[in-house]
Amino acid sequence: MNQYDVVIIGGGVVGSAIARELSRYALRICVLEKNLDVCYETSGRNTGVCHGGFAYDTGSLKAKLCVEGNKRMDRLSRELGFSFRRCGKVLVGSTKEDRDRLHEVMEQGQANGVEGLVMIDKEQLHALVPGVVGEFAMFSKNSGIVDPFMMTIALAENAAENGVTYRFDHEVTGISRGSAPYLWRVHTEGETFETRWVINAAGLSCGKISDMLGITGYHIIGSKDDYIILDQRLGKQVPMPIYTVPSNTYMGIHVSVTTDGNVLLGPTAEDTDNLSWYGVEQKNIDYLYAEGQKLWPHFTRADYIRTYSGILPKWVDENGVIQDFRIEIRDDLAPQAVNLVGIESPGLTASDAIADYVIGLMKKREVLSENPAFNPIRKGAVRFARCTPEEQSALIQENPDYGELICRCEKVTKAEILNAIHNPLGVHTMVGIKYRTRAMMGRCQGGYCQMRVTRMIEEELGIRPEDVTYNRKGAHPFFGTVRK
Amino acid sequence: MEERQADVLIVGGGPAGLAAACALYRKGVHNILIAEREKMLGGILRQCIHDGFGLTRFHTPLSGPEYAQRFIDEVEQLQIPYLTNAAVTNITKDRTVTIVTRVGLLTVHAKAVVLTMGCRERTQGALAIPGERPTGVFTAGVAQGYINLYNRMPAREVIILGSGDIGLIMARRLTLEGAHVKAVFEIQPYPNGLPRNIQQCLKDYNIPLYLSHTVTQIHGDKRLQGVTISQVDSHLRPIPGTERCYECDTLILSVGLIPENDLSLDAGVTLSPKTKGAVVDENYMTSVPGIFAAGNVLHVHDVVDFVSLEAENLAGSVADYVKQGSAAPCPLSIKTTGDINHTVPMRISGTKSFLLSLRVSRPMKDCVIEVLQGNLVVGRKAMKKALPAEMIQIRVSGEALNTTEDLTVRVQEGVQ
Repeated sequence: MNQYDVVIIGGGVVGSAIARELSRYALRICVLEKNLDVCYETSGRNTGVCHGGFAYDTGSLKAKLCVEGNKRMDRLSRELGFSFRRCGKVLVGSTKEDRDRLHEVMEQGQANGVEGLVMIDKEQLHALVPGVVGEFAMFSKNSGIVDPFMMTIALAENAAENGVTYRFDHEVTGISRGSAPYLWRVHTEGETFETRWVINAAGLSCGKISDMLGITGYHIIGSKDDYIILDQRLGKQVPMPIYTVPSNTYMGIHVSVTTDGNVLLGPTAEDTDNLSWYGVEQKNIDYLYAEGQKLWPHFTRADYIRTYSGILPKWVDENGVIQDFRIEIRDDLAPQAVNLVGIESPGLTASDAIADYVIGLMKKREVLSENPAFNPIRKGAVRFARCTPEEQSALIQENPDYGELICRCEKVTKAEILNAIHNPLGVHTMVGIKYRTRAMMGRCQGGYCQMRVTRMIEEELGIRPEDVTYNRKGAHPFFGTVRK
Repeated sequence: MEERQADVLIVGGGPAGLAAACALYRKGVHNILIAEREKMLGGILRQCIHDGFGLTRFHTPLSGPEYAQRFIDEVEQLQIPYLTNAAVTNITKDRTVTIVTRVGLLTVHAKAVVLTMGCRERTQGALAIPGERPTGVFTAGVAQGYINLYNRMPAREVIILGSGDIGLIMARRLTLEGAHVKAVFEIQPYPNGLPRNIQQCLKDYNIPLYLSHTVTQIHGDKRLQGVTISQVDSHLRPIPGTERCYECDTLILSVGLIPENDLSLDAGVTLSPKTKGAVVDENYMTSVPGIFAAGNVLHVHDVVDFVSLEAENLAGSVADYVKQGSAAPCPLSIKTTGDINHTVPMRISGTKSFLLSLRVSRPMKDCVIEVLQGNLVVGRKAMKKALPAEMIQIRVSGEALNTTEDLTVRVQEGVQ
């Protein structure tokens, strides 16, 4: 029988941050994730910007939790071993209206408690970001960039190391009431999980899960964002994310940079009711090219590496106005259930602060006792490419598999891929290896390494060729062997 | 960390690197090291099990592995040192090369470095094809590697985008292995592969080739379910209303090869925007003294024989450079006009004979290609047919050249 103190629905960055924070306490915790890994939806499909917190209404949860989450990012990234750079960010303008709007944004930011916001002139702007098109900017010193894949994976792995159970391919199909102390019965295809607490961290499915909990009436729409990824060589020229002047609801097209040096163009931000279609549209590719050129005209189509799309879950009122994060326990409707609704951007930045907020709500209703074995430190995998030659030599002496380069573009070694195949969460997809190592993520997109990666997956896991899985259930690259 | 000295360090043990090594050895340069990232020498030829290689170089049809083996045998026989499972990760301007191997990092200080890394394929991402990102979309080379080297069947119902040679070869290969190749679509109004491959790989198997068509949407979020195909106009833009959906589980891309120059860029080598390979002079020397390039890393070839011949040509200059420590200056540039897409080399001295390789940018009939210095024609080739898919070579004699005027290459159609 599956009996837990807490079942968390959704293993994205928010669900995993909550799982990790809760693993500080003596609780039996299970995360139910419908996908085959932790960051296949919104958590892995975004710009990876650690936001300052100036863009949200003063007094909102978005503002408060973003500012708090931003402050914690240095410690969190150190503890968990994921990439984070507090590189700053510029919001670039040209007209008087732009300047007025940027002053409003800055004042709002200051009211939100965001530190390090300054207006800079053209000369200062071009000293910070050479080649940008613009007359002036608001510079946010404390904004930054994170690796959203590894941040989510690291939270989940550390949670798992501290005793949290992850169940992939477990889509919640229904929730019913149980008997005390297990107030809830969470149903998935063929399995039932009895639990004292339920946490709805389902992201795009938050409305559906909220309804299942009996908290009805939340209207969730998707905001679909298409992106283009550009070659790593350009990253050196983009020291920080370059944004335009935001409206109240849309941050605008930006030219951003990832912690691995790829330049991103995006997002397009279109409302959608289809919360599971990640197709990229030609008109958006053209639009991103044109808008990107206006802001930072130093790329060509030959720099494209890949396109992708993400969807943000937005809670809207009856007039379609986007609402704040809602994080609640409705004792009247759904006791011992924490309901998180509309956790969109800045959810990645805020995730750790959201987790604390959730636990704060739980602690008002229950005394949680500490887990004495909790270890906040995750020993992350070594990235060969980031080591000094001396460190590389030492690694190879210790383990010759570090001397065998599998992915040439990203310089990923056999040792790193073997390590990723045997990851603590038991994720076995090709994309799981990709997110964890960056193999197949470079400019040749696996043209050189994917054959060897799939062979290693087969050999290490002892699976048949036709069972190798790309990302989702049913996404198999092979139909079998060619010859007996 | 081990350090070594070498006269010549060759980056890549494919057809260009192997031919360069053997030719260098024969010219008396013996302190050579070939660094090959794969387990075996041979490069991409290892997976090219079809025949048709060697007709020019060896006057006999060979399979890719057989062709490579001829050079590998010579390397073994001459006892030219090579490393396999040895990936070069950095090359500096002063020719210090870092190699990662299973026994440790190796640093080689070389008098000359020869770049023979070959090329990579353009991908779905580089094309930015709209739609989702299911599995089942492979570049032709990856599908070829899976079938021929890894014994994995990646396809059943197949659409091929692009009529490059590897795509055509794979149309036949997939058919022979029991897959159903529905059609090949080419965005250009002319085929991009060699005529012999169009005949032997498509026509002989009744696989239709549609010109001026491209994929405008990818369908499926797990395995590929289908693609939308559109006709394109003369600017290669999809024509609205011409969309047709094809069910398929596999899309093979044969949409171009890009010289693999990441290491060259690290070394500060200047690349040509046309070839995406290094700008080289008649000695195959790049903008960085002592760093040379040949084969597909320099410009994409249609036939491997020319890769070997180019690398063998390069060996003479590299041997001279190693002996003299410098190369004669090449101040004259070669300019392309009209429908000449690019040339290799791009700079010459004007003092010696050289082989000019070039491609035209559109198919032409009854044309004359001329190399001019001032008003003087110093090289000329008349052709019944010139195709972008085929590399054209013209030998220019040094005796006709002066050392002051730049060269121009032009093509005129219908003047024969």
